[in-house]
Amino acid sequence: EALVLNDPDFQHEDLNFLSRSQRYEQAIRKSSLMVMKLREYGIADPEEIFWFKSFVHRGRPEPLDLHLGMFLPTLLTQATPEQQDRFFMPAWNLEIIGTYAQTEMGHGTHLRGLETTATYDPATQEFILNSPTVTSIKWWPGGLGKTSNHAIVLAQLYTQGQCKGLHAFIVPIRQLGTHEPLPGITVGDIGPKFGYDEMDNGYLKMDNFRIPRENMLMKYAQVEPDGTYVKPVSDKLTYGTMVFIRSIIVGDSARSLSRACTIAIRYSAVRHQSELKPGEPEPQILDYQTQQYKLFPLLATAYAFHFVGAYIKDTYHRISGDINAGDLSELPELHALTAGLKAFTSWAANAGIEECRMACGGHGYSRCSGIPDIYVTFTPSCTYEGENTVMMLQTARFLVKSYTQVSSGQQVSGTVSYLNDLSRQRIQPQHVAARAVTVRINDPLSLVEAYKARAARLVEAAAKNLQAELNHRKSKEDAWNRTSVDLVRASEAHCHYVVVKLFTAKLSEVSNAAVRAVLTDLCLLYALFGISKNTGDFLQAGILTSAQITQVNQHVKELLAVIRPNAVALVDSFDFHDVHLGSVLGRYDGNVYENMFEWAKKSPLNKTEVHASFHKHLKPMQAKL
Amino acid sequence: SVNPDLASERQTASFSVEKLTALLDGGAEQTRIRRAVVEAIESDPVFSRENQYFQTQNERYEAAVRKAVHLQKKMHEMGWTENGPEYKYIYRALSGDVAFLLHRVFMRSISVLGSDKQIAKWIPPATQHQLIGSYAQTELGHGTYLQGLETTAVFDIATQEFILNTPKISAMKWWPGDMGRSATHTVVFAQLYIHGKCYGIHPFIVQIRSLQDHSLCPGVTAGDIGPKMNFEHIDNGYLMLKNVRIPRDNMLSKFCEVRPDGTYVRQGSQKINYFTMTTVRISLISDEVLTPLMKACTIAIRYSAVRRQSKLKPGEQEAKILDYQTQQEKLLPQLAAAYAFHFINDYLQELFDKGYREIQRKNFDMLPELHALSSGFKAVITHHCTAAVEICLRACGGHGYSLLSGLPSLYTKILASCIYEGENTILLLQTARFLIKCFMAASAGQPVPPSVTYLAAVKPGKCPAKNKSDFLSPDIYTEAYQHVAVRLISSTAAKLQDLVQSGVKKYDAWNQCTVQLVLAAKAHCHYITVKNFAETVEKLETKAGIQRIMKHLCDLFALHGIFSNTGAFLHDGYISAAQMDMVTSSYLDLLAVIRKDAVPLVDAFDFTDKSLNSALGSYDGQVYQRLYEWAQKSPTNKMSPAYERYLKPLLHNTLSKL
Repeated sequence: EALVLNDPDFQHEDLNFLSRSQRYEQAIRKSSLMVMKLREYGIADPEEIFWFKSFVHRGRPEPLDLHLGMFLPTLLTQATPEQQDRFFMPAWNLEIIGTYAQTEMGHGTHLRGLETTATYDPATQEFILNSPTVTSIKWWPGGLGKTSNHAIVLAQLYTQGQCKGLHAFIVPIRQLGTHEPLPGITVGDIGPKFGYDEMDNGYLKMDNFRIPRENMLMKYAQVEPDGTYVKPVSDKLTYGTMVFIRSIIVGDSARSLSRACTIAIRYSAVRHQSELKPGEPEPQILDYQTQQYKLFPLLATAYAFHFVGAYIKDTYHRISGDINAGDLSELPELHALTAGLKAFTSWAANAGIEECRMACGGHGYSRCSGIPDIYVTFTPSCTYEGENTVMMLQTARFLVKSYTQVSSGQQVSGTVSYLNDLSRQRIQPQHVAARAVTVRINDPLSLVEAYKARAARLVEAAAKNLQAELNHRKSKEDAWNRTSVDLVRASEAHCHYVVVKLFTAKLSEVSNAAVRAVLTDLCLLYALFGISKNTGDFLQAGILTSAQITQVNQHVKELLAVIRPNAVALVDSFDFHDVHLGSVLGRYDGNVYENMFEWAKKSPLNKTEVHASFHKHLKPMQAKL
Repeated sequence: SVNPDLASERQTASFSVEKLTALLDGGAEQTRIRRAVVEAIESDPVFSRENQYFQTQNERYEAAVRKAVHLQKKMHEMGWTENGPEYKYIYRALSGDVAFLLHRVFMRSISVLGSDKQIAKWIPPATQHQLIGSYAQTELGHGTYLQGLETTAVFDIATQEFILNTPKISAMKWWPGDMGRSATHTVVFAQLYIHGKCYGIHPFIVQIRSLQDHSLCPGVTAGDIGPKMNFEHIDNGYLMLKNVRIPRDNMLSKFCEVRPDGTYVRQGSQKINYFTMTTVRISLISDEVLTPLMKACTIAIRYSAVRRQSKLKPGEQEAKILDYQTQQEKLLPQLAAAYAFHFINDYLQELFDKGYREIQRKNFDMLPELHALSSGFKAVITHHCTAAVEICLRACGGHGYSLLSGLPSLYTKILASCIYEGENTILLLQTARFLIKCFMAASAGQPVPPSVTYLAAVKPGKCPAKNKSDFLSPDIYTEAYQHVAVRLISSTAAKLQDLVQSGVKKYDAWNQCTVQLVLAAKAHCHYITVKNFAETVEKLETKAGIQRIMKHLCDLFALHGIFSNTGAFLHDGYISAAQMDMVTSSYLDLLAVIRKDAVPLVDAFDFTDKSLNSALGSYDGQVYQRLYEWAQKSPTNKMSPAYERYLKPLLHNTLSKL
C-alpha cells in the first residue's frame, strides 16, 4: 500500500477531469510501470500482486486485466506443454499481450450461439478464422481495442465438414513492432461506455485469417494433422473456473457496497440539515430515522456479503482438492448456488450503491462524491459472467430438480435439505399454522427458520406451477418460460435464506464479545429488514402473522437507533484508504466542504476565467440583439 | 430497410398507432405541430447530437451555448414565440441539450415574485438575452431546507442598498445551472437583515458578471462545480459574495417589500415564495422524467424484439428475448408506468393551471393541496421512472452499458430529478404532513380538499374478488389501493397520537414515525395514479382499439403494483392469500397479452431516431450494423499516443530491463 501511495510515478491528475483517451493513456502508463515495478520488487505471490494492482489502479479495471486474469491462466490450464513453451514466457514478459475474446455482438451468455468459425484446412495444416456476419464480430473483450497483439478466440470448430462446437484458438492480431492490425484483421475500440473509461473494450473481425494448427489450445480436445478430431475427456472441469470467478464477484459486491456505505455514512455524519427539535441547531442527517433506514440495512448487507464471499471462496478451496482428485460430487450444488448468489448479491449491491448515492443528495451526483464511479464500475457485474436473470434460472433448475427428488421420496442434502421437510408438512396440516407463533424475532436462528420456510414455500409453488403448465402444454421449454417469473422468485428466496444462514453462523465464530454484539445487531437488522421488505411472502405463507409483522417493523426501527452510535466505526472497520475511496464526501477527516471547493476549482471548465464560448457565441449574440 | 424482426411486430398491432400518438399529444393538430418543430430542429446541423457521446465537458458546454444562441435565430426565422403552440415542443426536439435553461426559471421567478415595476424593468432585456439569468438557491451545506440557508442580505439605510455576503464556506451557492460560466445575473436567496433583525429568506437580483467583457463583478467569486454524472453541457456553478452591494429595488417585492426607511411590509401570503418551486416541480415531469422513460422503453423494447438469445423450442432459431417471460416482466410494467404517469401528469397540469389562475387573483385556498400534490407526485414519479429507466438499461445486457445505446445518459439524466427541486424523502414527508392533517380534519367531520375526500369515507371490509378475472375490474383494484392508503394513513396517525399521549415530544414522535409516513404518502399517490388511469380509460373512445389496449395497460400497472408490494395488501387480510395467487396469475397472463402490442405501444411515443440517439433503439432495428459503424467513429480509434509512449517500450524493452 505504502509502496504505491508514496511512489511519485503513480501520481496523476484527478481522473474525473480527463477525457477517455487521456484516462486510457494514464492507465496504460501505470500498468506498464506496475509490471516493471513488480519485477523490480520481486513481487510474485498472486495475492500480493492483486493488492499491488488494486492500489495502482485504485480498484478500477485496467487494460492489462484480461492479459493477467484470463490470457495467462488460460495458457496455463488449456495449452499443451509445447504451446506453453512457445507462448508463455513471451506473454509473461509482455512481448505478447493477450486478451480473451468470447462474447460477440449478437451473442452473450448463451455460448452455443456464437458464430465465429475456425475451419481446418488439412492441405496447409491451418485453421481459417472467419466472422461470417455482423452479429459474429467479437465485441466487448477488455484490452482488445488498442492494447493487445494476441487474442484467445472462441470459435465453432469445423473439421472434415463437421461442426465440433466451441474451441479456443491463439490468434495474433497486431504486427509485433508496429502494432498495426494484421491483414485480414479488423480491430478497434467499441467506443465510450457508462464506465470502464480506462479499458479499451474492443471489437475484432476476421476475414479468412489463417493460423497454424498448433495455435488451437489442445490440452483437452485436439485436431490431428489430417483433420481427425479427438474429443476432450470431461467438460465439467470448466465448472470450477466459473465457481471461482463468481466467488470473486460476490466478494466484489461486498467491497463495492462497503465503499459506497463508507462514503454515505461518513458524509451523513458531516452534513447538517433542517431541524429535529425547534430552536436547536440543524442535526446531522444521520440522526434522521429515514436516513438510517436507507443506510443501515445496506451496511448490514455489506457485512453479510463479506461473509458470504469468504464462505464461497473457502468452500471452493476446500473442494478444489477433491476436483483435482476427480471427485466432482459437490460441484453441481456449489455451481448452482454460486450462480444464484452471484446474481443475488450483485443485484443488491447495485441497488444499494445507488441508494447510498441518493442518500447523499445533490452532492452524491457530483463526480467528486466518488459514488457515481463505484456504480458505473460495478454495475456491469449484473451482466458479465452470466446475466443475472439467467443465473437465477440456473439456480432454479437445481431447486426444482431437488424438489422433484424429494417428491419422489428421495432425500436431498446441502443447502436445499429444507425441502425434505415439505413432505412432512403435508402429513401434518397444522404444522404451518403452528410455526407462525414460534418465530422469535429477536433470535437470528429463529429467523433463519422463517427464511427457510419462505424459501420452501416459494420453491414448492414454482415447482407446482411448472407442473401445471407442463400438464397444459407439450413443450417443456414453453412451460419453463411461462413459470420463469415464479422460478426467479424462488431462487431469490433460496439465496436470501442462504445469506441469512451464513451470517448467523458467522456470529458464533466471533470471539470478541463487543464485536459479536454489534455483528449480532447487524445480522438481526439484515434479517428483519429483509422480512419487512417482503412481508407479503411471509404473510401469504402463514409464517408470520400481521401482528408479528408490525413487531418486525418496530424492531427494525429500534435497531436503527441501536446501531447509530457505532455507524461510523462500522464503516471505518472496512479500512479503505482515502486514495482508494476516491471521494471528497467520504474523507476520513470529514473536511468535506473546503475540499469540494478545492476540487471544483480544478474542473476543466474553470481553466480560464472567461470561457472561450463567451467570445465565440455569447458576445456576438448580445451584440446582435 | 427495416429488420424483419421489427417489421413483423408492427403487422400485428391491435390498435392504430397514429391515433394513440394523437391521444398522447392531445389531438392530431398537436401532433402535426410537434412533428413540424422536430423536423425544423433536426434538419438544422447546428442542433445535431451526432457526436455527443464522444465529446468532453468543455465541448459539450460550448455546443450547448452555441445551440442556445442559434435557437434564438431559429425561433425568429420560424416565427415561433414563447406563447405560441410550438414553444413547448422545442425542448423535447433538442432533447434538452441546450444552455440557458435556468434563464427561464430566472424570468419565471421575476414574473411571479417581482412587482409590476420590476417585471417591466427586467423581463424585456432578459427576453432579448441582453442579460443571462440563473437562480441561486441551494448552498454547499444546505439544500431542500430553505430556512437553513446562510447567505445574508443586510439592508443599509444610508445608501439604500442591500449588502450580500457569503459568511462561510458552507454558505457558498452551489449547483445553480448556467451560473458557472454563462450567467450575468442571478436571483439569490438570502436571509434578509434590517436593523440587525432577521426577516427570513428573500429573493434578490444580483449581477455577477460584467455585461461588457463577462469578467466577474467586484466581490464575486464564481465558477463551475466540476464534472457530474450527466449535464456536462450545463455549467452548474458556485458563487461566493463578499460585500456585494445591490440597490434596494433589486429585492423581488411583489409580496414583501423593504421601504426606504427600513420598514418591512408584507403583502399577501409568505407561502407564495414556494409557489415557483411548486410549479417547477410539476412542469419538469413531462420533459425531464416522462420523456426519458418513454425513450428508454422504446430503446429496450425494440432491441428486445431484435436481440435473440438461446432457444425456447429445440430445433427452432434462437428466440427474441422479448418472448421470455422474465424479460416481459422487466419491461412491460415500465411501459405501463409511462402511460400511467403520462395521464396523471395531464391531470396535474390541469389542476395547476387552475391553481395558477387562482393565485394570480390572490386566492391561496388551493395552495396546501397543490403543494402536497406537487411534492408527493414529484417524488413518486421521479423515483419510479428513474428505477424504470435503470431496469430498461440493465434489460439490454452488455450493449445497454455502451453509451451508444443511449441508455446510460438517459439514466444519469433522469436520476438527477430525484434530487433537484426538493429531495424526495423530504417531499414525501411534506405530503404526509398534509395527509395526516386532512385525516384528522376528516375524522372530525370537517371539510377537506377534493383529492383526499376518500379519507372521510373509510369503509372496512374485504376484497370481494372471487376469481382471477375479477382482478381485471378497475373497481376491485382501485378500491384495494384506496384501502391500503387509508390503512397506512390512519394507522400512522394513530401511532403519532399514541406517542404524543404517552408523553413523547411532538417532533420526536414525528421522527419516530417518518418511515411509516413515507409509505403512507407513497400509497396515497399510487392510489390517485391508479384511479386516474382507470377513469381516463373509461372516457376514451372505443374505436381504433385504443381503449382496449389502454385498459390492459391500466390493469397491468395496477396489478404490478400489488404483485410487487403484496405485504401491504395482505397485511390486514383485505386481500387473502388465495386472492393474492389470483392477482399473480392475472398479472402474468397480462404480460403475454401486452407483449403482442409492445412495439406498436412504443412506436406511438413517436420519437425520431435522431432524438433517441441510440444504436439499439432505431425504428429500423438495424442494431448491429449501427453499433459497428458508430463505434468506429470513437476518438479512441484514432491512433492513440499511448502506444508510442508506453506500450511500445513495454512490448520491446521490458526484457532488457529484467
